[in-house]
Amino acid sequence: MIPATVVFLYLGVVLYIGIFAFRRTGGKEKAEDYFLAGRSLGPFVFLFSLFGTNMTAFAILGSSGHAFNNGIVTFGLMASSSGLVIPLTIFLIGTRMWALGKKYGFMTPVQMFRDRWECSHIGTMIFAVQAVLLVPYIIIGIMGGGTTLSAISGGRVPFWFGGAIVAMVVMSYVFFGGMRGTAWVNTFQTVLFLCFGVIALVVIGYGMGGFGSAAQAMQNSPLSYLLTRERISPYYFFSYTFIPLSAIAFPHIVIFCLTAKKMAQFKKTVIFYPVCILAIWLPCVFLGVMANRVADVPQIRAKQEARRTLATQGRNMEPEQRDQLRDQAAGDDVIMLLLQRYAPLWLAGLLGAGIMAAVMASDSQILALSTMFTEDVFAFYGGKRRFGETVQVLTGRIFIVLITLFAYTIALQAPESIFELAIQYGFSGFAAMSPLLIAALFWKGSTKWGALAVTVWVALTVAAVAIFQEVVPAPAPGPSTVIWSVGGSEALSRTPGGTAVFGFLPVVPMVLGSALLMWLVSLVTRKPAQSTLARYFGGGNQ
Amino acid sequence: MKSTLLVIAVAALYILHQDIWFWRSSYLVFGFIPIGLFYQGMFSVAASLLMWLLVTFAWPSHLEREIEQTKPGEDERA
Repeated sequence: MIPATVVFLYLGVVLYIGIFAFRRTGGKEKAEDYFLAGRSLGPFVFLFSLFGTNMTAFAILGSSGHAFNNGIVTFGLMASSSGLVIPLTIFLIGTRMWALGKKYGFMTPVQMFRDRWECSHIGTMIFAVQAVLLVPYIIIGIMGGGTTLSAISGGRVPFWFGGAIVAMVVMSYVFFGGMRGTAWVNTFQTVLFLCFGVIALVVIGYGMGGFGSAAQAMQNSPLSYLLTRERISPYYFFSYTFIPLSAIAFPHIVIFCLTAKKMAQFKKTVIFYPVCILAIWLPCVFLGVMANRVADVPQIRAKQEARRTLATQGRNMEPEQRDQLRDQAAGDDVIMLLLQRYAPLWLAGLLGAGIMAAVMASDSQILALSTMFTEDVFAFYGGKRRFGETVQVLTGRIFIVLITLFAYTIALQAPESIFELAIQYGFSGFAAMSPLLIAALFWKGSTKWGALAVTVWVALTVAAVAIFQEVVPAPAPGPSTVIWSVGGSEALSRTPGGTAVFGFLPVVPMVLGSALLMWLVSLVTRKPAQSTLARYFGGGNQ
Repeated sequence: MKSTLLVIAVAALYILHQDIWFWRSSYLVFGFIPIGLFYQGMFSVAASLLMWLLVTFAWPSHLEREIEQTKPGEDERA
């Protein structure tokens, strides 16, 4: 019970930081202060909180779990591509959003879209799609919390109770502390989980008697494919470079960009982002792969057995049986099992706290949803004018409670693994929304109708992928189920892990389709007034 | 010229992410790190260096100047 006690102590510290330590305002509370920390975050907090808010449960749990079953490819798929694309988008888009926020007082991306394209209800539609896509992200956090607390306590804390505790803690400090509390909690958490990877690597490596012999033994075993990418198609690998486009399209990331006191604070974030990703992901991926050489942990052996059965007999099984085996083979808790096996109890607790830090990144999404609701709906449709700013902040707080309860309820019923849920719906959808920001900030010719086309396209394609994967069961590991062929090539197929369109992940046609629609529809529709364009692009032509 | 070189550098690094040359190799660097993982780790370091170049040579300082001109003194409110 020692690790669980350390984790509960950690949750207490987080609550204290979020609720009390950085609560400044007294009397009437301003919306900008509660939702954006008064646009006053310093360089250190800005770097770590922006990075921390992007590191979710899957940065530690999902990455090691994915690597356990798929090998080293996990790092190239998500980590190194993110290390290039995310800081680049923060550099190009984040800085511009910050400047516009300072200049015109925007608190959400939809406020900028409404002003830039002179639209109202289209903005509401963008809000609705963003909100629906953001909820899975919050669910991931709660599911990760349940999984982690359950694993740390050796099953004494059930999944539903662990999830409830995490949801309550996050809800409390977001409710009371707003953006300032959330940013400081994120900073504390980021420092924790930056230390986590290195410590876990050293402790587990020492416990295993060094990684050299384990890696060499794996190289000479049937599992050697985990050290290469031979079972992954280059198209699939390439597709993943589109996923990090989602980061800047996430409303909570854009909203975080508005909290910096000065634009110079982006510099350190942009430069150090790839290295921070390296520090967290590389140890987790490596440990996930090496877990396959651990023979004396029954749960790990059971996972390997399930994976073997799925590969050898999966073809002759019912889809439900295959799903069951997939759940058994899922490695989301593999890093916890390694810690339980190799780390001393007190250290396992501290490292468990590091995992909790990553798991609890859903705070920013909850706050962002609340900010969006109060600014893009409540204030926009006259609530702020009629009831004042204090009621607006109160509405935001009530929304935080409701959305947390909703996400918790869904988390109890969602069967998908953390990684799959995140990638297939949230990330692909937001990546496909990134052309909205690019067009608004860099293309004078873009119009509100182009934005509407993109939004409808994103909503339809996300729904189509979800329905397709629900209707067509995932095949056993091996060849995909081809649904539609064009000229001998597989146009649409159901793969063991999801969907492929001409061999690419759906995110590729989704992003390209968005960009194409924005361009085509904008070409044939009316542009905003010259006065509006002049405020964004100056007097000259662009 | 500077901007063109930076754009080329970004495009080159994006292409270098697709390291098909190590696709099937299980060679272990330092006796324990698979070469594919080592390469992608070094890629992250290269990305950080590229970001430093962008921040140093292509920083959009005109945006900062615009804000200072629009709202003098307001920056100190927080």
